[in-house]
Amino acid sequence: MSAKIVTITSGKGGVGKTTTVANLGVSLALLGKRVACIDTDIGLRNLDVVMGLENRIVYDLVDVVEGHCRLRQALIKDKRLSELYLLPAAQTRDKTAVTPEDMIEVCRQMKNDFDYILIDSPAGIEQGFRNALAPADIVLIVTTPEVSAVRDADRIIGLTEAAEKSNPWLIINRIRPEMVDRGDMLSTADIIEILAIDIIGIVPDDEVIIVSTNRGLPAAFDNKSAAGTAFRNIARRLEGEDVPFMTLKDSGGFFKRLVKLVRQS
Amino acid sequence: MNFFQRIVGQRQPSSRDLAKERLKLVLVHDRVDLSPQMLQTLKDELIAVISRHLDIDQAGVQISIGEGTKRDRLVADIPILPRKRRR
Repeated sequence: MSAKIVTITSGKGGVGKTTTVANLGVSLALLGKRVACIDTDIGLRNLDVVMGLENRIVYDLVDVVEGHCRLRQALIKDKRLSELYLLPAAQTRDKTAVTPEDMIEVCRQMKNDFDYILIDSPAGIEQGFRNALAPADIVLIVTTPEVSAVRDADRIIGLTEAAEKSNPWLIINRIRPEMVDRGDMLSTADIIEILAIDIIGIVPDDEVIIVSTNRGLPAAFDNKSAAGTAFRNIARRLEGEDVPFMTLKDSGGFFKRLVKLVRQS
Repeated sequence: MNFFQRIVGQRQPSSRDLAKERLKLVLVHDRVDLSPQMLQTLKDELIAVISRHLDIDQAGVQISIGEGTKRDRLVADIPILPRKRRR
């Protein structure tokens, strides 16, 4: 097997990159794939905590790059699933400890042992982002339906294309259909029109995400969670399956308004 | 609001509409690193060059940085004066 390397990035912080990586990792593993997740947010690591593996860290990405340990020793196996691994970031260093070439080399060493390598990019456009982007075969760009996030996503799309990683895919996270209907939130259609890239996932705002992070148990394990289902659908689309997007009463078009009015009267 | 207005959704612009318009405008300038002064210089030079070959309505020339589905596009709208008006 030769892994597909998927970098999840956004520009803006706090839009759900780490949540996406954790949940995609679980989802793909639940589909029987062999998955490794790499946290490149050196100095501000969080993928370990979101995945619930924080107390299993012995070695990290910087230890591997600097040759203090073998790759196998740093990879943490998630015991809840047969084939999910985490390569955590270092917490006491910063993003200059690793270069894009280091990242390409680490992924090269891992490529034959996994079906997917998911790379959690830090926020921003500096070294950390460049490190995360370097080995990518596929780039997923996460945004929320907010002006700042969409603006930053646009910049990231430009930088991604400039790095010759063509066809990044969009994930819209934390959409709230009631707010879209009221005219208080950008719709999926608005965002796609503005950013003009293909969409691979729409994830509703879901309280379960907070609970899942509290527990260190990603929502993708939870069949009843809307967000969990959305992430599992993204995993299926990555696998090439044509999964229809969940109808989230989104976009309130002309005819929907007409139907609603007629129903009310 | 009367029934027709409610059908069409007439109201003052929703915050969603405002967000969309503001984003489109801000991204037009984010995407192309061209200050308003540089754009004016470009416009003046473009007018000078085209005027060497065609009679144009210089006051009616409009130059803008494009937006929408084509991510980066400079659009020039240059009215050409019809033959009979040429001196």
